[in-house]
Amino acid sequence: MVINLGGRKSDMVLLDENGIRCDGRKVNETRKVTIKAGVLKNASGSAYIEFGGNKILAGVFGPRDVHPKHMSNPDTGILRVRYHMEPFSVGERKNPAPSRREIEISKVIKEALEPAVMLEKFPRTAVDVFLEILQADGGTRCAALDAASVALADAGIPMRDLVCACASGKAGDALILDVNNEEDQAGQADMPIGYMPNLGKITLLQLDGVLTPDEFNKCIELGVEGCKKVYEIQKNALREKYFSKGD
Amino acid sequence: MRNFKDKKQYVIPGDVITTSPLRLRENVMLDGKKIIATSIGLTNIYDDSVRVIPLSAVYLPKIDDIVIGKITSIFGNSWFADINSCYEGMLLGQDVFGRGSSPTMSDMKSRLDIGDLICAKIANFDRSREPLISIADQNLGKIDSGELVKISPPKIPRLIGKHGSMIQTIESSTDTSITIGQNGLVVVSSNESNGLLKAIEAIQMVEEQAHLADLTDKVKKMLETNGD
Repeated sequence: MVINLGGRKSDMVLLDENGIRCDGRKVNETRKVTIKAGVLKNASGSAYIEFGGNKILAGVFGPRDVHPKHMSNPDTGILRVRYHMEPFSVGERKNPAPSRREIEISKVIKEALEPAVMLEKFPRTAVDVFLEILQADGGTRCAALDAASVALADAGIPMRDLVCACASGKAGDALILDVNNEEDQAGQADMPIGYMPNLGKITLLQLDGVLTPDEFNKCIELGVEGCKKVYEIQKNALREKYFSKGD
Repeated sequence: MRNFKDKKQYVIPGDVITTSPLRLRENVMLDGKKIIATSIGLTNIYDDSVRVIPLSAVYLPKIDDIVIGKITSIFGNSWFADINSCYEGMLLGQDVFGRGSSPTMSDMKSRLDIGDLICAKIANFDRSREPLISIADQNLGKIDSGELVKISPPKIPRLIGKHGSMIQTIESSTDTSITIGQNGLVVVSSNESNGLLKAIEAIQMVEEQAHLADLTDKVKKMLETNGD
């Protein structure tokens, strides 16, 4: 069967008869995730994540003064997120100006983080989150959200819970966890999920593709499982930075 | 109140500390029956209450805190100082020149210019306005000499130690005088450069190992071995 990879034809098999995916994973397996907290000296908090082929750097500043002043809110702090792809992050050079897609992802990540961050403790201030995609390989919004939440905790901003994220979807007529670039482009559905594991609440849910109601429910269950796996890695990254020295 | 029930545990935001009904203190919140940490840090469970001592936090001004600030601008009748917080400290001209005075810009600049370090007290702070700071007290005012060291604000109590034990240890064994701001800025001054460097090293050691026990003894040991 010939599949379409972003305009490019390929004879890649998304899911073979043994249930193995194009990159050798099983259907309910995530890619390899490594997170390191506190990688930048000049930011209040930072994190670096490698999520399969995705490489993302997150930096957090603040709480600090809001400029322009009219954006500030006397009752609460505000959260600002910038998701940005480097020109070299994808195969063909990407124009560094913020695209429609980047503006959308900045907005959904901001809204996914807002329920977790206790901004009401810092009225009239802003917390800025900068997410730089150094290398993209499908699922950057989830990986960026994972890094952002670790960076916010590293900055010492009070949070109700960490936000972890992982996508689930459908490719080769099977439900799969952690959709990669090929499965995103040629698959049948992609559903990024952001989740607060201790409070059990979903903060990000998007769906691109077609799923039956039954598949949708199964997809959410699968995605939440993936989120919990990522959560353990986020936790270890923070523990390593703060509690490992001298023990 | 002061009796620890359990050993301290390391937590990150979202971790459930306990489900027993305790009074909530700093950096914890209630979700149903679960008490959840909101900060990275160490838990302290007392007989009737629970709190988390953070390892990373932003400084929030508290009335009567002594802080160290750097003058960043002069505007109208007041100075604004960076006090390592999300708010700028405001120092009124009348606090320095007396009530009813109207100092000119050159008067103000000659007393405190942009870039000067000051030791000040938080006079007033509420969430609707910038914190008001004052230098009208003993030991407050412009800092003329010394080395500025920045550490994480929640680690300041560790640097002071129980009844000032840690800071006295560092001061006496390095022959320095140390001014501590609650906002995480510390000024070390001494006539002798070796002592100065040793004191800075000790402060940085406190910052790195603030979550470990018996820190005063460790610092003492470090200061002794370096002295040889």
